[in-house]
Amino acid sequence: MKLLTKLTPTATQNACKACAPLGACLAFRGIEAAIPLIHGSQGCATYIRRYLIGHFREPVDVASSSFSEGSAIFGGKDNLFKALSNVISQYNPQFIGVASSCLTETIGDDLERLVPEFESQLTGDFHPALVPVATPSYAGTHDSGFHSAVHSIIDRLAIEPYPGFGRAVNIMPGILSPADIRYLKEILEDFGLVYTMLPDYSDTLDAPAASTYEPIPRGGTPISSIASMGRAAATLVLSSTLSKQMDGGALLETRFGVPEIIVGAPIGIGKTDVLFNILSDLSGRKIPPKYVAERGRLIDSYVDAHKYLFGKKAVIYGEEGLVIGLTSFLAEIGVFPVVCASGGKGNGFQAAIRNSIPAGIDQPTILEGADFSEITAAATTSGADFLVGNSGGYGTSQRLGIPLIRVGFPVLDRTGGQRILHVGYRGAQHLFDQIVNELLRKLQDDSPVGYGHF
Amino acid sequence: MEILKDRRNQIHRKGDEPGSITCEKASVAGSVSQRACVFCGSRVVLYPVADALHLVHGPIGCATYTWDIRGALSSGPELHRMSFSTDLNEMDVVYGAEQKLYHSLIELIDAYKPKAAFVYSTCIVGLIGDDVVSICKKVAAEKDIPVLPVEAPGFAGTKKDGYKIACDALLSLAGTANTDTISAKSINILGDFNIAGETWVIRDYYQRMGVNVVATVTGDGRVNDIQKMHGATLNVVQCSGSMTHLARSLKEKYNIPFIRVSYFGIEDTAAALYDVARFFGDDSMLARTKELVRQETQAIMPEIRRYARDLEGKKAAIYVGGAFKAFSLVRALRTLGMGTVLVGTQTGNPEDYEQLREICDPGTIIVDDANPLELCSFLKEQRCDVFIGGVKERALAYKLGLGFCDHNHERKEALAGFIGMRNFAREIHATIMSPIWKFVPRDNCEDSGNPS
Repeated sequence: MKLLTKLTPTATQNACKACAPLGACLAFRGIEAAIPLIHGSQGCATYIRRYLIGHFREPVDVASSSFSEGSAIFGGKDNLFKALSNVISQYNPQFIGVASSCLTETIGDDLERLVPEFESQLTGDFHPALVPVATPSYAGTHDSGFHSAVHSIIDRLAIEPYPGFGRAVNIMPGILSPADIRYLKEILEDFGLVYTMLPDYSDTLDAPAASTYEPIPRGGTPISSIASMGRAAATLVLSSTLSKQMDGGALLETRFGVPEIIVGAPIGIGKTDVLFNILSDLSGRKIPPKYVAERGRLIDSYVDAHKYLFGKKAVIYGEEGLVIGLTSFLAEIGVFPVVCASGGKGNGFQAAIRNSIPAGIDQPTILEGADFSEITAAATTSGADFLVGNSGGYGTSQRLGIPLIRVGFPVLDRTGGQRILHVGYRGAQHLFDQIVNELLRKLQDDSPVGYGHF
Repeated sequence: MEILKDRRNQIHRKGDEPGSITCEKASVAGSVSQRACVFCGSRVVLYPVADALHLVHGPIGCATYTWDIRGALSSGPELHRMSFSTDLNEMDVVYGAEQKLYHSLIELIDAYKPKAAFVYSTCIVGLIGDDVVSICKKVAAEKDIPVLPVEAPGFAGTKKDGYKIACDALLSLAGTANTDTISAKSINILGDFNIAGETWVIRDYYQRMGVNVVATVTGDGRVNDIQKMHGATLNVVQCSGSMTHLARSLKEKYNIPFIRVSYFGIEDTAAALYDVARFFGDDSMLARTKELVRQETQAIMPEIRRYARDLEGKKAAIYVGGAFKAFSLVRALRTLGMGTVLVGTQTGNPEDYEQLREICDPGTIIVDDANPLELCSFLKEQRCDVFIGGVKERALAYKLGLGFCDHNHERKEALAGFIGMRNFAREIHATIMSPIWKFVPRDNCEDSGNPS
């Protein structure tokens, strides 16, 4: 089908983003023994569950305060309190993350007031930590909702005003895959570092088959670890486009003097080297031989296949941080990023993309707040050879007849979205092999005679 | 597991207790309902009208989560597979977004030349009070196509209320085109959504019977067909939950009778075709129908018998949106030699649940508007082999080490008609007999015949 090629100022066509409460729910799933709750209509929770289940292929329970017409008029306090009570009695969670919706923000339900009021009514020795976050769906994207939730979690739970520097580090991965988070933990452990990964859904959203169903899956960042984040030696933030209200690392620095180190998404050799050097400094250890070898094998593969990539044009889209990381990775292997697009608008997104492009190569078209009609239009005129991004680009890939390398979130039309590795030397290896092989497949498919050797 | 106090009357065990099941009420706050909202109901119904523009007026989420999510196919235009939204931002919410809606509609109609436009109002629009109706009127007059407001804010009831709102939008389209050429032996197919091409299967049966199909509402739907649907002699309603309201309205307004049918399973598909043939009172049509049923049944039975040998005595659980589908599934499973031990729906009414109670075996659990905790607890307790539901239920089934069959709008496999029964049998067989379950640490396997 034809697409509107003109960039329209009004309607969004095939959005390249989801809404803020989804991002908050994703972050909440990375806390130990947690249940997310959306204060709003039943549909928000169900749609968001369905979306997360589609990508992670795991049960994802998200509770709702199930608004009715009456609550929209008279306020949602009763529904919220009932929802919290029912969630506590059914799940016995240690943590409930409460995200607002467009509806509750607009009627003026103030979670910052309502949640503590509910807490004050709870009796007994133990009750779950309750963390509210304002995520009006008419502001920002799922990415901003995710970081706002992380910020709120720190704001509420990082309570130890202890300034001493130990060897522990805080690390905030942003929206990465469970495989990425697992790999990052392995790296930190191999450096001998004690760490708090916030959030950590590597187990909760990628759980092994078990003999019994666990309504609250094992894993996630322990609340006690969050409480002591103020003691850490440093906070590594793997996102580079956060505003002040979303930057949990900045909050820890202001409140407890923990230095914030903004690393950005460590995708590709250059950015991964930066991360490893920081970890080496923080731990006082050399880079473990295992990773030196990984890096060496990666470079070896770069050499083997470099001719199939040089000068190929790529369209990259997704969350701001991911796009920045992918852009520098692709530029590093000789691919020319021609369109770099995000559905969101991040601080310094454009500058970061520009800085990722080496001299002598044309600057890409950079799109912020973009939808797939704009991305498709830009891709069409760019002569792109392939796309790198989430499942949303499938239509564009089909229309242009070029491959789509599926990365990021959401991957709804393939298996294994939770196992896609993006970061570190291993992630670069995975992406590199996949891209080269897709291009080889296309060469083979397009050839009238075919060939049997690479 | 403790059932929430507010939900205890929504669960029933056949044979245990008298009294009727409580249903048709709003989901309990904090119960992780499998249901969605009013907007979802309206979107489900109207989505497959393929040559219409579907514009979601609200913040981005509602449009993102419903983008190309369903398997409704089109034999022509595919405008329904695009996701359009006014993508409201903070300022729109403060100052109102009527002008944004107006411009969006004008631009999109100019660009895509749709035959009609549906404008879905979401929660926030219901709240800030944009006058969507008058914007729709204005654009309709300027662009000379029907522009229909679908005022479906998520909080204003349940998914079922969304169905009704969508039916009213469809009703306002009916009666606006010429019906002179329509024959007396004509029907509208209501409530088949052409998932994986099912409407084409059903349409083919009717054509072979000598029945003229005026409109398919809404699978592979076309605006112009819907505009002349009042010219049909009979409405044949498949999804009663979503379409009964439209069928009733067409009866009141145009005196068109309707019958309820199901195209799932051999018995129900045959009964549907016979009911239509009998309605027209035409002996030669009835003869053609008998021949059709004979041929189609003969074509699939050998394969189905092979599967049934493996499946004899296996147990299924069903959790689907509407009750009619649940009835058919219980019967279709019997054809495969299987029993049903749990059956639930999101939107059943008291009569539906009464009928379910009649057709189910003793001990079967019947549940209205369940949540994951209840479903998991019952699935384990009932020791079933396969769960039939939608994508949200799939993750639960797999986590419990159970087979699964998607019988919702997102599936890619046609399950309607005779050929659909063969596909269903294949899928049930493939999932239950897969060798992978021997690796799954099941704790409910000693009675199910699966190796542990």
